Formats: sequence, structure tokens, C-alpha cells
Amino acid sequence: MTITFRTETFRDDFTFRNSPAGIRRFPFPFHEDGYMYSVNIEPHRPGAPGSVFEHGFDVDEHYVAEMADRALVLAEDPLRCQALPHMDLASWDYLELVMTTKARDYPELFTLETDGDRWHWTNRPLGIDDRFTFGVTSTLPCPPLEYIGRQTQGDHCLLDQRDNNLWMDAGMVTTQADWSLDFDIGMNFFEWHAPVPLAHEMGVFQRAIKFLTSIPQGQPSRRLNWTLTVNPRLDTSPENYPKWGPDKLTVTPDTIGEKMHLRVELQTFWRLPRSNALVFPIRCYLLRFDDLVTIPKWARRMHRVIRDLPPELVTYKGMSRYHPMLVEWLAAHDDGAPTSPGIFPD
Amino acid sequence: MSSTARALAVTVADVIEVTPLVKRFEFVSTDGAPLPPFSGGAHVVVELPDGDHLRRNPYSLMSSPRDLSRYAISVRRDDGGRGGSRYLHEQVVPGMAMTISAPVNLFALDLRARKHLMIAGGIGITPFIAQIHQLSGGGAPFELHYKARSAPLAAYMDDLAARHPGAVHACCSDRGEDLDLDTLLTTQPLGTHLYVCGPERLIAGVTARAAALGWPARHVHVEHFAAPPPGLPFAVRLAASNLSITVRGEQSLLEAIEEAGVDAPYLCRGGACGQCETAVVACDGTLHHHDHWLTDAQRETGDRIMPCVSRFTGRLLTLDR
Ligand code: HEM
Ligand code: FES
Repeated sequence: MTITFRTETFRDDFTFRNSPAGIRRFPFPFHEDGYMYSVNIEPHRPGAPGSVFEHGFDVDEHYVAEMADRALVLAEDPLRCQALPHMDLASWDYLELVMTTKARDYPELFTLETDGDRWHWTNRPLGIDDRFTFGVTSTLPCPPLEYIGRQTQGDHCLLDQRDNNLWMDAGMVTTQADWSLDFDIGMNFFEWHAPVPLAHEMGVFQRAIKFLTSIPQGQPSRRLNWTLTVNPRLDTSPENYPKWGPDKLTVTPDTIGEKMHLRVELQTFWRLPRSNALVFPIRCYLLRFDDLVTIPKWARRMHRVIRDLPPELVTYKGMSRYHPMLVEWLAAHDDGAPTSPGIFPD
Repeated sequence: MSSTARALAVTVADVIEVTPLVKRFEFVSTDGAPLPPFSGGAHVVVELPDGDHLRRNPYSLMSSPRDLSRYAISVRRDDGGRGGSRYLHEQVVPGMAMTISAPVNLFALDLRARKHLMIAGGIGITPFIAQIHQLSGGGAPFELHYKARSAPLAAYMDDLAARHPGAVHACCSDRGEDLDLDTLLTTQPLGTHLYVCGPERLIAGVTARAAALGWPARHVHVEHFAAPPPGLPFAVRLAASNLSITVRGEQSLLEAIEEAGVDAPYLCRGGACGQCETAVVACDGTLHHHDHWLTDAQRETGDRIMPCVSRFTGRLLTLDR
């Protein structure tokens, strides 16, 4: 399958669009007509061909444009990519994981040739052709996490594992749903999750940490998380709140379909074998409400989920201001018919 | 414990007698591909068939994490043990096909350390050999103290001392040498991490002294092995489906239920999500809960089990599935 990479923006004129195929392969996150936090972790096994689960690292039509947007964010704010000194080995581990996986899964786009520690990496969509010595940072144009993060969609957190906990000691974070690497760096699993409502009391995090710290190499897991974003903006960071916060004021019944986007994160968990760290890639997918309601099952379910969302989640996900308006808009797209189980369109 | 590491098919490339009590076993992957990368301190679980019983013993990898062409473990013959080491010493020869798990590390270096202080007792030397290989690629300095009964029984001592002069110190009891633990533990630079591997008594002694001398617990690391699942087969009655099945040693209860053609719910397959929870109708034996889902109170009543990770020993387990 050849991918046609779109030329589009995630800021200013917001020319981002999904193709019809892009809409159908969107990872709709609700498997039933309601939503509450849970330990929704499952093995990250290869999924149906064409789906976002087909490969370990999904590459789609937005790849080139997303990497261009990331470059803009990094140019303005280099602190979006940080690695504490002890995370160097984990960074190389992650570079190896991405390169070997992508070269295997997308041979027409990426090639990796290795001769011992001498590596040759070709990334055709981004026009990159580099030779370097594995493990030697001075042979790369920039440090390994930044190098591979600039070539891999989604955000990337490297978690050091110590004391039966995970520590956010490195990351590349430019497409986040309102959290900050610079604020969270050095925190542990419970500390960076502190703002999340209800889940602590439900025991979600206590169970999740035990699962995560015992993930074996070669057996990644995944979960989906979601929120809503006004305009297809990737960089909704606390640092840039003044740029995107006011967008919320532009939401009216007439603009919802065009401006409101379901933002889904495909989060995966991988053991990094050389460092024993864990990597947590957070891949962000956006779907305009006008496009979402073209899939009848999703339209019905989206209405029911948003209508019945616990108030704590409405607040945490930042939709208090327009929640009633959203429910009303979505109700017009819900004919009350039953929905089938599972996330895929009928 | 949670998910089990995946299995690797290997061939025994070499068996080397290191001391009268210790043999080194070297493995290459049977398909000729490089073995998976690992970090110093990692272990593999070696499958040891013993009649119709499958033993699974963990052994630390001692080869260099930079050399993925072969893995090495060293095994001390323990005639009083459960028989795994005797099987390895007596039955395993070059050319044999074996199954080992992918590496798992429960004794990792803390890479923030300014210095690594290592104390090994006897065959507890093995994880340190891999860690020293890892550090010699340009990590913080290390200092190893190696306790053994005698110089000839101190496996790899000469080699380590020759390659790392000044950093490796032997302490042989037949020469009347003893480790001056208090001096050692009170003269380390700030930011030192302490690692201990060896007999239980050594580990307990060192960690107790370190605690008494004010070492922060987070700077003290001891070797743990994941207790491998018992690997014993057991009989299950699936009441709702009216089926009787046997769970084989190497599969999970969930896998056996699926194999019988029964559609059972699951999500994480690692004991965390709660999806596979199944009611126990009758239990003529003992449940072994390995999940992170059930509360202690729920375990005590014994009326449910998480079949993705938990097991049973006894005559018959009857489930509402
Ligand atoms: C180790 C990998 C993980 C990382 C790095 C991570 C990171 C984060 C971060 C940075 C936030 C935003 C918190 C804030 O500042 O408001 C968050 C939210 C959250 N996380 Fe995680 N997380 C991880 C794993 C998990 C797992 C395994 C679960 C549950 C099974 C989980 C459940 C949640 C939930 C429920 C939220 C709130 C999201 C929302 O409602 O939009 N996380 N996570
Ligand atoms: S499948 Fe998740 S607890 Fe068993």
C-alpha cells in the first residue's frame, strides 16, 4: 500500500483533513454507549490490515505534515524534548525499536542496514539518509531521542523503571492534550497522574503500575485515551494555552461540526531491552465532528457517551463551557437505534 | 508476577567447566538470528524437562550485553537442590536444543549512580559480570567485592581481576579474609549505589548493615528472580459449557479454556484489567492467585479467579464458564 502524504497545517489556517479512508480507519475509542475510566490495556498485537493497529508504529497520510509541525514547536521551545543524562541508553534503545520496526513494516518508506555498530538509515518520506555509529551520539545530527522523535508521529515518553515505579526521565512532547513534559520531568507514575479525577480512588493506577513494570520485552501493550480539541491543533500545551484557549470561545452550534475534533491517543507500552526502561509512545489522531457523524454507529454512540459523561470528566477534559451545546448538536445525529459492540464501523 | 516472557529456541553451543562445581553453558539461537538485546543483571528462565515434569529455573545472564551472538549462564552444581542444576551438569551437552525465556531484568543498574558498589557471594558473581561489561562501555566507575570459599572456587575471579585491576577485590574465607563491611559502607562517595547478589545470608547481612549505617533504601539493590509459575498441569471442569479440560504446564488457564473452544472474555492477559474474572463453583484444592485485580478479601473467600495468570493445584477446579 502506498501512502499519499497530505500537505496540511495544524495551526493558523488549519488545512488538516482526513481522507475518506482516513476517516474509516480512525481509532474510535468507545466500544459501548458509555465511558468511564478503567484499566483498558490489551496486548498490542498486529490488527486488521489497513487499521491503525496493523503495525507497531502506524504511519499514515499525516506523517510528513505532523513532522513539519513538530519542527515548528521545537524551534520555538527546545524544552519540549528533554532527556536526563541517565536516559541516553534508553534513547538509543528507542531509536533501535523504531528503526527496526518501521523498516520491517514499511520497506518502501524506510530502510535500515546494519554492519555491527555501523548503521545506515534511510527515511524516504522525509528525505533523510544518514550513516552513524549505534550508541555514539556525536555521529548523529542531534541526540538520539530528538533524532528519532523528529521522525516518528506522536509524543514519546521514556520511563526509567526503579523502586517498582516508573519515572518520566525523558521525552519528546509536542502533540499533547494539555500537559507539559517540562513540568512532569522527573516525576513518577502517581505524581504525573495526580490531576486525573476518580481513577486513583478506583484503583486504576495501582493496578496499572504493576502491569506496566512487569511488561516483558517483545510483548507491547496498548490502550486508547480521548478528549476533545477545538480546531485540528496538535500542540495544545499548557505553555501555549494563550494561543489555543481562546479557540473555545469560537464554538457555537453553527461551528461545532467544523471546529470540534475527537482527539484519540493510541498509547502503547514497550519494554526497552538494553536499558530496561519503558517507552510510552502517545499517538494522536484527530477526527472532525462533521466527519465523525458520517459513520452512523459512531454518531449515535458519541452522543450517548458525551451526554452521560460523569461531570468530573467533563471538567477534566476541558469541555464544561460547551458541553450542553455539544449534547444538543450530537442528539440531532442520534436516531436512537441500537449500536453494535466494538469500536469498528458496521 | 504478570505476563510471562516469550520463549526462545536455542542450541547449546558450548559447555565449559569453570571450577569443580561450576559449569558455563553458552547458547546460540537455533535459527541463527541474533539473540534479543538485554541489560546487565537480566536473567533468563531455562526450561528443564525432567521426566513428565517441566522445571523452570532462572539464571542470570553473564555474557556481554553487547554480544548478541550468544548468551552465557553459569550454574553451580547443587546436589541438595531441586535437581535443576544437576540436570544441567549431567545431561546438557553441546548441540542440544533447549528453550529459554527472553531476558527479564529485576536487578538493573541504577544508571543515575555516580558509582556502583557490588558485593558478590559465590555464584552470585554472574549478574555482575554482565553489568561490568555494560559499564565498561563508558559508565560510572564500579568496585566489586567478591566473597568465595577459596581462590580456586572463585569462578572468573582471575579474569575479572586481570581485566579491571584495582576495581575487583577477592575475599576468600580459606585465607582468613573477611569483608570489612562497615568501612566499605561508610567510605563511599555520595551518589553510590550498592548491589548485592549471593546467598540469602550475605544479602540479609549486607542490607541490614547498610540500613543501620543510614543508606537510603533506594540506593540498595538485591537480586530477585521472578518466581516462575509452577508449570504443573491441572484439571478443570467448565460447568456452564459442560466440558472437562486439562491445563498443561506451559499454558495459562485462559489459554486452555480458549483451546477448548469456549469464548472467554479478556483484555490485558496480565492480571490487571479485571475482564477475565471467573466465578469458582467448586475448588477441591488450592487457588494460586497471580493477578493484580482481586482484593485480599476476595482472595480469601476463594469464589473467583483470574484465569489469564492464576493457577490451581489439587484434584479438580470447577468454574462457571
Ligand atoms: C507509563 C505510561 C503512561 C504515561 C507516561 C502517562 C501519562 C499521562 C499524562 C501526562 C496524563 C495527563 C495528566 C495531567 O497532567 O492532567 C495522563 C492522563 C491519564 N492517564 Fe496516563 N500515562 C501512562 C499510563 C497510563 C495507564 C496505563 C493508564 C490506565 C490504565 C493511564 C490512565 C490515564 C487516565 C485515565 C488519564 C486521564 C486522561 C483523560 O481523561 O483525558 N495512564 N497520563
Ligand atoms: S485478562 Fe486482564 S485480568 Fe485477566
